[in-house]
Amino acid sequence: MSAAANEPSPSDGERLLSGWGRAPVSRARVVKAHDGLEATAALAAASATGERLIGRGLGRSYGDAAQVSGGVVVDLSGATRLLCFDGASGVVTAEAGLSIDTLLRTSVPEGWFVPVTPGTRQVTLAGALAADVHGKNHHVDGSFAAWVERFKLATAAGTLEVSKERESDVFWATAGGMGLTGLVLDLTLQLIPIESSAMVVDTERAADLDDCMARMEERDAEYRYSVAWIDCLARGRHVGRSVLTRGEHATSARLEGAGRAAARFGPGLRAYDPRELASVPLTPPVRLLSRKAVAAFNEAWFRKAPKERRGEIQSIQAFFHPLDGVREWNRLYGPRGFTQYQFVVPSGAEETLRSIVGSLSSNQVPSFLTVLKRFGAADPGHLSFPAKGWTLAVDIPLGLPGLSELLDGFDEEVAAAGGRIYLAKDGRLRPELLGTMYPRLDEWREVCDRLDPARTFSSDLDRRLSLRRPLRRPLRRPRTSPGSRRTPLGRSPGEVAP
Amino acid sequence: MIDATGMPQSGVLLGGTSEIGLAIIRRLATRRLGRVVLAGRDPAALEQRANELRSSGIDQVSTFVADVRDAGALDGLVSEAWARLDGVDLLLVATGDLGTAELSELSAGRVASIFEVNAGGPAAALLAFAEAMAAQGSGRLVVLSSVAGVRVRRANFVYGAAKAGLDAFAVGLSEALEGSGVGVTIVRPGYVRTRMTAGRSQAPFAVDPGDVANAVVRALETGEKIVWVPAILRLVFAGLRVLPRPVFRRLPG
Ligand SMILES: Cc1cc2nc3c(=O)[nH]c(=O)nc-3n(C[C@H](O)[C@H](O)[C@H](O)COP(=O)(O)OP(=O)(O)OC[C@H]3O[C@@H](n4cnc5c(N)ncnc54)[C@H](O)[C@@H]3O)c2cc1C
Ligand SMILES: NC(=O)c1ccc[n+]([C@@H]2O[C@H](COP(=O)([O-])OP(=O)(O)OC[C@H]3O[C@@H](n4cnc5c(N)ncnc54)[C@H](OP(=O)(O)O)[C@@H]3O)[C@@H](O)[C@H]2O)c1
Repeated sequence: MSAAANEPSPSDGERLLSGWGRAPVSRARVVKAHDGLEATAALAAASATGERLIGRGLGRSYGDAAQVSGGVVVDLSGATRLLCFDGASGVVTAEAGLSIDTLLRTSVPEGWFVPVTPGTRQVTLAGALAADVHGKNHHVDGSFAAWVERFKLATAAGTLEVSKERESDVFWATAGGMGLTGLVLDLTLQLIPIESSAMVVDTERAADLDDCMARMEERDAEYRYSVAWIDCLARGRHVGRSVLTRGEHATSARLEGAGRAAARFGPGLRAYDPRELASVPLTPPVRLLSRKAVAAFNEAWFRKAPKERRGEIQSIQAFFHPLDGVREWNRLYGPRGFTQYQFVVPSGAEETLRSIVGSLSSNQVPSFLTVLKRFGAADPGHLSFPAKGWTLAVDIPLGLPGLSELLDGFDEEVAAAGGRIYLAKDGRLRPELLGTMYPRLDEWREVCDRLDPARTFSSDLDRRLSLRRPLRRPLRRPRTSPGSRRTPLGRSPGEVAP
Repeated sequence: MIDATGMPQSGVLLGGTSEIGLAIIRRLATRRLGRVVLAGRDPAALEQRANELRSSGIDQVSTFVADVRDAGALDGLVSEAWARLDGVDLLLVATGDLGTAELSELSAGRVASIFEVNAGGPAAALLAFAEAMAAQGSGRLVVLSSVAGVRVRRANFVYGAAKAGLDAFAVGLSEALEGSGVGVTIVRPGYVRTRMTAGRSQAPFAVDPGDVANAVVRALETGEKIVWVPAILRLVFAGLRVLPRPVFRRLPG
């Protein structure tokens, strides 16, 4: 709807906001907080006026988790100080808004890697905690919260020091709680040791979905990182054909034996300097990723992948964050934006997975990013997404007629199988199914209500899904703030030739 | 909240007894719509429609009495709707009155009244809701225009002229709202079988209220700004628009 809604805000003020998918859009007052004091002050002010408030990081959640229409959005992406980094133990304490990108630039040359990274490194540590993000290593290492030792949380009831021992229910309500328990101000994270900044990667093709699942079940345990890319436009007996990539951090011994391939990792073997290779400078007026283009891309991607290749040396950025090479690639989806449908179903519910992949194929939903992986055991986060089983993530352009109904049908199947969809990616879940998908919702609500009985913390996601339950507080008719009457109505008459 | 696929959760139907309007509400209720205000001038008829919607499973339905010609009442509607619905995602403007095109029946007052119901009142409502929606940075305004305003005919020229005015107003408003998070959808149906057309001879390409509802849901999903129902009328009127007057005059229907 708006071209600018997902760009970082340069300063305080009212503006349109959206997530990475560029829809839904809403308007809020953004307060840039550069440290905990500024964030706490914004919270105190909103509590006093009765405004709704939510924290925001780098806006990489796809939907409406980090925005609140008519309320206050505390943007902590400017609170980026690295407070303490212990090179011996790999324990790091940093402000909420430090990005994984910045952290890695410091830690990788010192021999430490983040224990969990999403498919983009442009997320804040607090955002990673609020969504309890997972990486390609969930089956081995669990999700982000497992590695968080403590954090400081500014709640409506005051600032708390939170760990798994102290205020443990607040800890687990915050991990995956989508920012609704409070503002995370800083946190302490255990990193994992690496000997080099290189990855050793095995790639193989799978002929169809069942082949892919079988290969994953058989040999995932041998790899720390594992993921499959699926061509969801392939039809007939090719439905679910895929490319599996699995890998490990390269040991220095492995890299020293790699000859020329190792040179780019420098004398210390831990050089790390990822760059953006390109950017999408503006939003084209139409979607460039047409069904034909996506089908052609998928075909080429599948064919380009080796049938089987073992022991390839890759960089961290190529293995973990290939999309970060193109800045603002989300603009390619055009003004209507896109969504990601990500669900998990328990092991044993493979039939549901087959059915949904089959339906994506028969409906020819044009997605060039469809990713399958296996999750290990769930952590105790009340609303944490990962649970033992299969997770599928599908990028889908918005604006396809019938999409709402199609995805509602998937929701039913996922819920019936005992699965759930990922709130950090959501912009459209059927609200009635929330409780089925997240059976511990009431427990989580109790913690939120205890910390914030007045319900200052709220987001568009919260309101859309009644996460914290509908609040019957009469809302005043929104009026444009005095002096800015022209701004919300976009283009003013003076700007067009009569 | 409007979700990523464009489906609203709360809405106001202005012309709360309109058959087309209610068909759209029912169709949207199968997706996300659960909180509705029916606004109109006849309290008993509104209440009856509200009961029907409630028994069809829509959570929260209430009524609001307002004549679309009364600017004060429209302003009251905006405040009331925001309070009752906890934010308004959708305004559906479905008021309309064919009036008359008989010169002997027309007077300055009668013309002004037809213009008020079909254009002036709806435009005022659109404006008031647009301002409040722009402040929340999201919202959808759906306007029932008509092909009658695309090429005005002798048989209903006062109505047609008013619809032409409303349609043009809505196009301009849509431009003015560009970049505000608020969108305008203009619906141009041909002949729809409702009480409004009952007793009139059926024109070619006639549709039912449900067809209009399907087209509107589709447009909310795709972001289409102008919706012809049925879609073929877009082509038909591309032709009719440029037809010489003596030929146009002789067309049936
Ligand atoms: C290309 C791409 C790939 C991705 N891959 C993965 C993946 O593999 N695995 C995965 O799990 N996720 C993935 N994600 C999703 C992403 O990791 C999460 O949405 C993450 O939360 C984004 O962090 P952010 O800093 O951008 O937070 P935002 O999107 O700004 O906010 C996300 C949530 O965190 C809350 N929040 C932010 N800052 C604070 C704070 N200081 N205090 C309290 N709450 C706060 C917000 O209220 C909101 O609820 C991917 C996203 C993209 C764009
Ligand atoms: N039917 C068609 O063929 C057709 C074709 C193209 C466009 N349209 C348009 O579609 C819309 C809905 O029409 P419909 O077919 O559903 O007809 P309808 O059922 O007669 O609806 C018209 C609505 O307008 C209301 N209305 C009239 N005067 C009003 C006033 N002064 N104040 C408040 N409300 C007033 C009516 O309320 P009451 O019940 O109180 O009278 C009724 O709710 C109209 O805008 C119409 O012009 C219809």
